[in-house]
Amino acid sequence: MHAAKEPAMSETPEKQGGHISQAWLVILLAVLYGGALAGVQTTLGPIIEKNKKDETLGKVPQLVKGAAVGETVEIQLAGVDGSLQMVYRVCADDADKTHQGWVLPAGGKGFADRIEVLIGLNADASVITGLYVLDQKETPGLGDYITDQKRFLDQFSGRSADRPLTIAKGDPAGDGNQIRPLTGATISSKSVADIVNSAIANFQEPIRREAATTR
Amino acid sequence: MATHEPTAAERFIQGILPENPVYRQLLGMCPTLAVTGAMEPAMTMAGATAFVLISANVMISLIRRLLKPHLRILVFTLTIATFVTIADRVLAAYLYQISKQLGPYVPLIIVNCLIISRCEICSSKQGTFVAICDGVGMSIGFALALGSIATVREILGSGTWFGLPLLPVSWPGWGILVLPPGAFLMLGLLLGIAEWIGQRRNEKKQGA
Repeated sequence: MHAAKEPAMSETPEKQGGHISQAWLVILLAVLYGGALAGVQTTLGPIIEKNKKDETLGKVPQLVKGAAVGETVEIQLAGVDGSLQMVYRVCADDADKTHQGWVLPAGGKGFADRIEVLIGLNADASVITGLYVLDQKETPGLGDYITDQKRFLDQFSGRSADRPLTIAKGDPAGDGNQIRPLTGATISSKSVADIVNSAIANFQEPIRREAATTR
Repeated sequence: MATHEPTAAERFIQGILPENPVYRQLLGMCPTLAVTGAMEPAMTMAGATAFVLISANVMISLIRRLLKPHLRILVFTLTIATFVTIADRVLAAYLYQISKQLGPYVPLIIVNCLIISRCEICSSKQGTFVAICDGVGMSIGFALALGSIATVREILGSGTWFGLPLLPVSWPGWGILVLPPGAFLMLGLLLGIAEWIGQRRNEKKQGA
């Protein structure tokens, strides 16, 4: 805005009147537009936040079997490294509200940009029950298949959360914690496995402590 | 300035083909290259750009007599940025999935020179009605251009159109067309074809 008040080099301010008479339109418009944008943000902000949260909550039944969207409780936990993270304690929609498991949001660097995922865990955080990619900008046609349930994500379900996942070279060995990477997207595949590993390493203990207290 | 300024109808027609923003003026290359991998994001981008272009044209046209010549670009940018922010927020609120897919390219409409060029060429000089016609014409032209590139890329690249399967499943899908290089290849080819058609038409006119 300050630049606006300076007259162009070829014209002197004396000839054109004072700074205010030069710039009043810019100042007025800035105030009007600012007000309009504030209005838009106040109206739409909550809807946008709700969209983001709904996307997470909508995936809960898919990530943890038997869980109901309406029975999800947000809990803020501190990880082993001290970072804070919202996790979701998910329960079944039955008479006892049986505790079914946890949904842990996590993120980290992918091949192109940040990858954001949701990890489903069972009640004592010992088994991965599901995985979903919320946000990614991996290479279209190669790396972006990390969002494909059948091709990639389904193989995470049922894996132990007590041992880190590794990327298989060739066919996955039978010891259970090797992930078959996507063809032509080894780095994207490894990024997802790393994100899952570090999130579990960071939050498995806090989740178990939380599980023990809320039971 | 020229004594004759284009009328509303002329502005409208010119935007669609004779002065098509992409094929004739080569403006707005960033969205043209970035979001034409499929029809859905391309048409959302065309819609958002149309909203910003028409709104900015109307606004600038309304205040055109108050503009100080050396501050006009600042006013244009301010106006465009405001409407782009509104478009971005509305998309995030009501078309969340597509807005996520378009990512940074919605905010980047601010630097689409198509819009600022229309402010400069048309709406800061002519009345509101002409400015609206100009904005609508240019928007249709822009949508046609994005649509044509996206159609070829999506059909040949993924075998679908607007996400609907079009080619048989056995179609291998030319992955290169969905990837960024495909955008450059396709734009180059289609520009060449548009130029070729234009030249042939000119030759015919001269021959007649």
